[in-house]
Amino acid sequence: MSIFIDNTTTLLVQGITGRDGSFHAKQMMEYGTTVVGGVTPGKGGQKFEETVPIFNTVAQAVAATGANTSVIYVPPPFAADAMMEAAAAGIKLIVCITEGVPVLDMTKVYPYVKEMGARLLGPNCPGLITPGQSKVGIIPGRICAPGPVGVVSRSGTLTYEIVNLLTKAGIGQSTCVGIGGDPINGTNFIDALAAFEADPQTTVVAMMGEIGGTDEQEAAEFVRTKMSKPVVGFIAGQTAPPGRRMGHAGAIISGSAGTAAEKIEAFEKAGMGIAKRPMDFVELVKARL
Amino acid sequence: MNLHEYQAKEILRRHGVPIPDGDIATTPDAAEALAVKYGVPVMVKAQVHVGGRGKAGGVKYCATPAAAKEKATAILGMDIKGLTVLKVLVTVAEDIGSEAYVGIIVDRATKKPVFMVSAAGGIDIEEVAATTPEKIKYHPVDPRYGLRTFEAMEMGFFLYEDVKQARAAAKIMQQLYSAFIESGCSLAEINPLVVTPTGTVVAVDGKMVIDDNELDRLPAIEALRDESSEEASEVEARKANLTFIKLDGNVGCVVNGAGLAMATMDLVKYYGGDPANFLDIGGSSNPEKVVNALRIITADKNVKAILFNIFGGITRTDDVANGIVTATKANPLTVPIVIRLTGTNEEVAMKILTENGFSASSDMDEAVQKAVALATGAAA
Repeated sequence: MSIFIDNTTTLLVQGITGRDGSFHAKQMMEYGTTVVGGVTPGKGGQKFEETVPIFNTVAQAVAATGANTSVIYVPPPFAADAMMEAAAAGIKLIVCITEGVPVLDMTKVYPYVKEMGARLLGPNCPGLITPGQSKVGIIPGRICAPGPVGVVSRSGTLTYEIVNLLTKAGIGQSTCVGIGGDPINGTNFIDALAAFEADPQTTVVAMMGEIGGTDEQEAAEFVRTKMSKPVVGFIAGQTAPPGRRMGHAGAIISGSAGTAAEKIEAFEKAGMGIAKRPMDFVELVKARL
Repeated sequence: MNLHEYQAKEILRRHGVPIPDGDIATTPDAAEALAVKYGVPVMVKAQVHVGGRGKAGGVKYCATPAAAKEKATAILGMDIKGLTVLKVLVTVAEDIGSEAYVGIIVDRATKKPVFMVSAAGGIDIEEVAATTPEKIKYHPVDPRYGLRTFEAMEMGFFLYEDVKQARAAAKIMQQLYSAFIESGCSLAEINPLVVTPTGTVVAVDGKMVIDDNELDRLPAIEALRDESSEEASEVEARKANLTFIKLDGNVGCVVNGAGLAMATMDLVKYYGGDPANFLDIGGSSNPEKVVNALRIITADKNVKAILFNIFGGITRTDDVANGIVTATKANPLTVPIVIRLTGTNEEVAMKILTENGFSASSDMDEAVQKAVALATGAAA
């Protein structure tokens, strides 16, 4: 088992002929993901890498392939429309990798996707991977291994760092999910934690948060009241100055809210394991397996 | 991106918000001339991107044009929290009957634009929220409908009993909302919204923060950027497509990815050091980005050691290695460098570095400790 994706995932790549889209489509295919189609307006009828059919619209692609998942690599000005197009076409899991989507666009995308009954992951996220089964997004496949640890994170490379440490220590992962660094995202920590709680393969969850907002605090309350599985947490940005956007649009301390200290305190209150350094995950997770 | 008060007011004025006349002056004589043009009394207000201008002496009431000149002389060139005042806004001083607060933010929890209004205006809204939260009314807006009149009126009546004033405030809120959406704001506020003794409702101060992700599609807003009010190194970094924030420490950090960059800074601190900056070279690396990053970091004289922490996913570590070699050939380093690379093309990268006399490790923890030790040793 796993969460959100597995070997039944059938994937469309929106923006498959673009620089990032084509590179990562190839990587996903090499990993073993079932890529059933691509979408680039005006290139319908062509083939990607001589095997994957390209369509002009997501609706056409879904009608022809029955895809259940879509990953988006289109530039920021078009990303909001791409997410809504996927939802309108009946895609159930939409993963938006694009960084730089205006937050006001997301105030419209979020309720629409929800009404269409789809799950959105991202934007500005590395996607997700169920080791050995399927990868949707950009997480490097070779650093992951199948196993019992559910990983959920707001960051990309920090997640790779920690997943790599776990794998090297012989600890595999059920699914690694990057929820993204934007202030409004489709899937939050609680969504992922609830899915891991329900997933029989997952026995421990590793969670990487960062400064800004209250998603981690709410997740901690969820861990305390709703979860039976142990969770180990980390917060990036303990040395970040207030009022500055630390790379991620959502990583900003507003006034005195959203600090690392208040998030760590919430983790402590929830009885979670707290990693002070990335490398601490190995021992903390191991002790809870 | 922050707008200056005068820029925010210009936008709000275009959307119909009643705002006292005013204009910008860069010399005392110009300030005096504006006071004559608009008629006294006027306020002379420093235009800098920091809060607490008033407390710092950057906002003054002037009863005569001569006073406007005198106050402008004092304020222009003044240092407020490290920023030099280069412009003042000279604006008609309104008689104040009461002061309210009206603001909009994009709220992460409701995922909507949310209005915050309070009859306790004129002071920091965070302070009101902390001490008397019952004095604030929150109202989320469905962006598909915008702020409908009945919603605006509910907030108008929350602020004022008088129907004329409630209507005037409601109209201003709808105008503020349209300015907020059209300018790509993450925050827009009027504080204070003033009722004059004769019952007129006017916006006496305005603030707008633009979502940086909007700037590509809003060139007219991007054109309002005031580089003189930003850290020079941050301006340079932005032009090189790097995300850079200057800090006060002595360990210069070059990292790929925002989360890892923050975690690297935190680890520097954990081992007793102090990061000199946040720097994310981003995903699609090329050697030139590394060259620019090193130039910006080495320009900071506080930096006593440089730490590279690269986890190659999309980023190719050989690109980073080539960048380090190119940059240091052109401008030899005067401070020690610690390089940590792992991931995509790691073997090639290690070979490039070794051949050029650098050593590198693949362990983050070890590299951070080493960089801190070098910086601390150099500082001692």
